[in-house]
Amino acid sequence: MTTIKVNGKDAPLTGVPVHTTMLDWLRDRGLTGAKEGCAEGECGACSVLVARPGIDSATEWVAVNACLLPAASLDGQEIITAEGLGSPDALHPVQQEMAVRGGSQCGFCTPGFVCSMAAEYYRSDRTAPADGPCDHEHGPNGFDLHALSGNLCRCTGYRPIRDAAYALGDPSVEDSLAARRSSPPPPPAATRLEVDGSEFLRPAGLDEVLQVLADRPDARLVAGSTDAGVEVNLRGERAPLVIAIDRLDELREFTFGPDEVRIGAALTLSEIERLLAGRVPLLAQMFPQFASRLIRNGATIGGNLGTGSPIGDTPPALLALDASLVLASRRGERMVALADYFTGYRETLKAADELIRAIVVPLPLAPLTAFHKIAKRRFDDISSVAVGYAVDIVDGVVAQARIGLGGVAATPLRARATEDALIGRPWTEQTVREAAAVLAAEGTPMDDHRASASYRSAMLGQSLLRFYAQHLAAEGVPA
Amino acid sequence: MSALSQRPQHAVVGLPLPHESAALHVTGEALYTDDLVGRTRDVLHAWPVQSPYAHALITSLRVKPAYDVPGVVRVLTADDVPGVNDAGVKHDEPLFPSEAMFHGHAICWVLGDTLEAARLGALAVEVEYEQLPSLVTVREAIAAGNFQGTGRHLASGDVEAALAAAPHVFQGEFEFAGQEHFYLETHASLALVDEGGQIFVQSSTQHPSETQEIVAHVLGVASHAVTVQCLRMGGAFGGKEMQPHGFAAIAALGATLTGRPVRLRLNRTQDITMSGKRHGFHTEWRAGFDDDGHLVALDATLTSDGGWSLDLSEPVLARAMCHVDNSYWIPNVRVDGRIAKTNKTSQTAFRGFGGPQGMLVVEDLLGRCAPLLGYDAMELRRRNLYQPQHSTPYGMPVRHAERLEACWSEVLAAADIERRKTEIEQFNATHANTKRAVAMTPVKFGISFNLTAFNQAGALVHVYKDGSVLINHGGTEMGQGLHTKMLQVAATSLGLPLARVRLAPTRTDKVPNTSATAASSGADLNGAAIKNACEQIRGRLEQVAGGKLGISPHDVRIVDGQVHGLTFDGESLTWEELINIAYHQRVQLWAAGFYRTEGLHWDPTVMRGEPFKYFAYGVAASEVEVDGFTGSYTLRRVDIVHDVGDSLSPLIDIGQIEGGFVQGAGWLTLEDLRWDESDGPNRGRLATQAASTYKLPSFSEMPEVFNVRLLEKAHEDGAVYGSKAVGEPPLMLAFSVREALRQAAAAFGPAGTSVELASPATPEAVYWALETARSGVLSGV
Repeated sequence: MTTIKVNGKDAPLTGVPVHTTMLDWLRDRGLTGAKEGCAEGECGACSVLVARPGIDSATEWVAVNACLLPAASLDGQEIITAEGLGSPDALHPVQQEMAVRGGSQCGFCTPGFVCSMAAEYYRSDRTAPADGPCDHEHGPNGFDLHALSGNLCRCTGYRPIRDAAYALGDPSVEDSLAARRSSPPPPPAATRLEVDGSEFLRPAGLDEVLQVLADRPDARLVAGSTDAGVEVNLRGERAPLVIAIDRLDELREFTFGPDEVRIGAALTLSEIERLLAGRVPLLAQMFPQFASRLIRNGATIGGNLGTGSPIGDTPPALLALDASLVLASRRGERMVALADYFTGYRETLKAADELIRAIVVPLPLAPLTAFHKIAKRRFDDISSVAVGYAVDIVDGVVAQARIGLGGVAATPLRARATEDALIGRPWTEQTVREAAAVLAAEGTPMDDHRASASYRSAMLGQSLLRFYAQHLAAEGVPA
Repeated sequence: MSALSQRPQHAVVGLPLPHESAALHVTGEALYTDDLVGRTRDVLHAWPVQSPYAHALITSLRVKPAYDVPGVVRVLTADDVPGVNDAGVKHDEPLFPSEAMFHGHAICWVLGDTLEAARLGALAVEVEYEQLPSLVTVREAIAAGNFQGTGRHLASGDVEAALAAAPHVFQGEFEFAGQEHFYLETHASLALVDEGGQIFVQSSTQHPSETQEIVAHVLGVASHAVTVQCLRMGGAFGGKEMQPHGFAAIAALGATLTGRPVRLRLNRTQDITMSGKRHGFHTEWRAGFDDDGHLVALDATLTSDGGWSLDLSEPVLARAMCHVDNSYWIPNVRVDGRIAKTNKTSQTAFRGFGGPQGMLVVEDLLGRCAPLLGYDAMELRRRNLYQPQHSTPYGMPVRHAERLEACWSEVLAAADIERRKTEIEQFNATHANTKRAVAMTPVKFGISFNLTAFNQAGALVHVYKDGSVLINHGGTEMGQGLHTKMLQVAATSLGLPLARVRLAPTRTDKVPNTSATAASSGADLNGAAIKNACEQIRGRLEQVAGGKLGISPHDVRIVDGQVHGLTFDGESLTWEELINIAYHQRVQLWAAGFYRTEGLHWDPTVMRGEPFKYFAYGVAASEVEVDGFTGSYTLRRVDIVHDVGDSLSPLIDIGQIEGGFVQGAGWLTLEDLRWDESDGPNRGRLATQAASTYKLPSFSEMPEVFNVRLLEKAHEDGAVYGSKAVGEPPLMLAFSVREALRQAAAAFGPAGTSVELASPATPEAVYWALETARSGVLSGV
């Protein structure tokens, strides 16, 4: 049908160049509330709501960066923009709170904030904690401030926006967007668009994807488009064929136990966070530090590994968890240990005709884990250094240690020398100090605008000291 | 109390109102310049060809290949300019350069039917360069003796004698970074030739009159042939004071040459690589203290990094030099200022306009010297605060200096500082890997443009026959709430409910010859001009009402749209009835208002005079917690007391204070402009040219507890309805964050440790500072 339902009305996609972003498509249609602030998913001024399959409800209103998504990827889907939430004469509750509390100054980021805030307002498992706010990142109404971690405001200093978020009640019974959550979202539409010689393809099944991938090595696979969208916007990438795989059932499986956790590659970080519900503590620590909620709502775990980037946040965690990948192609499937997967700067074992189907984490998990991310900014920054730990101490001796590193070499890597310096030795400050010196010398960190090489090395060593101190503190030993 | 500052009863000013466009903002209905493209037919889109070198001669420019790209309509080059090929007022920034002066410098512009066509056309343009030696850092420029503009010298007292006599003398060198504005809305212009042959430019500009003048001189036409309108801006912060002119001129040039509307909107990469930023500075100083901790002498040399052209660097430097004292009485001062010329973007106005850079010098040295003098930094600062009898180093009495002490003591009490200091000591004693600190810093900021002539403003107020009121003024709305305040001023002056007054967008054919909306002066200047216009109309209406009500015109009162005599119990009229009578009596129902700030004088050659109408004051206390493993930190609590006079609009003012504070904290702790300073192929390239690499404060930098109070009993006699300017001063309250970080880093070392802290104080910078303190190496400054 090649239409998108925007604010309740169908709008045609026909004839739109396939690299057109959702944002440009909306703005060309006169819906100029969503803005371009950065074109790389960092500022959230383009945030809109999309009806997606829910976990606690049939449909969830999910906020995404419209600047990153190809408009074609939303064929058949339902979108709500700031204009669709309310009007100046009939403000939506989120808009009302933002307006009266001084939540807007220049107003340019505001429609995006409103959409991100509305998604959290409608989150089906948002519930007020029994004893008021549990910390300064959660409101008395259960509002998780991380929902706004992908929205930047240059004017207000955020306090009035937080107050607006924390003042929100529950949706009323007449709220049509709240009611919409109880019926299923639109199914993915098999899509084939061709404009000016470029193609956008959303195949109906994995077999078709693998066939196309075998035939067309120039194809660009896109799931959440959080990485590909940046290439399109900032570096002018214009792939002749884009294949959307984010809604394929075969890539969205999830099973937990007894021997492994199997996570479909096209599940988003947000979905995985909710499906795991804290059952893998190392990942639970990582999720809030992985980009922003807006990005996590689009970004998939397969995508984060598929780019082969040395500074992705999932590899150090998954390396520590001893994860493997399931690679699929027309030739069949194979399992590859993540520790063997990265072969060079943005190079991996994945062949041109292969895609990542799933990530497998073996069970049981190591009892002692942590994820440390060093970055300039706590919310939504790219790591200078990231370290994942999975350690098992038996009778005061390190029985097993796996340490995954990011940001210190051309690839993510295991800190093998450090692991060797720990395994079999007593879990004491002396062992840790010696191993920290080894860790500080792992990798080949470099100087760049994020951090100096010497800081990166120092952070490796400090990370292990911190891990030890955190362990002691958890055991009740004073620091 | 002056006539200007006196408030009537039932004033609309002073009410805490949301932003006048809040309902439009939150629904996405508020229109910005680039939102107009879809409402305009046959628009052409512009894309620049940018230099890949920091400094190079353009030896050949072949545009023909661009015309082979489908959809390319026109390539604009220097040959197309009918007027003056320059984008500024100093005539040192060619619009189309023959020499690329910085990495990213726009060489020519391609116009296409679509943005994609223009982009591909720009890729097709062939430019040949001859690379030239470049100066990328301020230190390189100092070493090469490469300066621009006029250096300045400011002196009072006898610095050498005071330093010779001082029992404690320290010296230091400090280089600190600038800041990218990162207004969420990038530069945007939309130009067309209208039905009357007029060139009409919609521009996101803080200075429509100057945009108009530059467009006119580029096109070689008179100013009356060009109208510039600014609907509103998605943030500006000084970055749209001078910088929009050239972009507007490109769009206007394209529109006149093609006959089609031209849209020029920079994407973020283009904006950040082409437009100017806050100046970074290199400073050297010597400071003398007496045995009681009084700063008795300061000798400083400030070198700003001006980038490739002058832009506003001279007045920025002047304001920096006028603010090295911040809030402190220093009897003997000598400041030398100069502007380095480097192959970077042309640095420009940014909230504070040099004031923050000047003040950073003294706050940094106080923070470094306090432990060496054996003083708690808080105590050292307090005992140096200006007292009422003092004057500044440029000879201006510090009126209302007692408000510094008032703010200080109110913060001390409200923030419970003494108790918290004890708690922090206990916390630090029991936490080896985490340290906390609280710091207090003051702000004194001079209000008015340093250049006296800019302190004027105009307004146009229309009362229509139905009694509705339309106001225009010369100021622009960038989110600071100026229009909200102006509506409140007009409603107050006329005695009307707010809903009777509407404000139309800023445009140069309504109010001419305006000054930039800058220097925090927008409400002071335009508010007084609107008040003047309203009072002219009101004076005429009082005559009419007096006749109708049979009372003296002096006894007419108009309150909330009702017209009464003094006692409010006799005959009355509605506003609408009064307007109807006045119209039929052929009374003029509109007026042009004007205002000039009285009492200002300034001699820039000797840096003496009274350039400011008054000072705005404030004090902040910030508490941080620093992690000893990483140098990362959290801002646990901030308490501010700030002097906004009698607030025109408290919700707006508190928003300015909070937002300015967080923006200042961003500059000092997080935002990290990095240019490629190597001799490699990308020399001079801005490495942090995107939101992914240049990090603004986000929710994670918001103070966990954030208390802002407006100083009470703060009437300002010299400004409209007793208010004070608020746009810039609160930014500098963020010094308290930096100083708290310094003190927390010092807490990792032995008592009395003096810490040198880089600026911005990123987690890495804090880590190296605390690591130095922890290793026990005592700095001697």
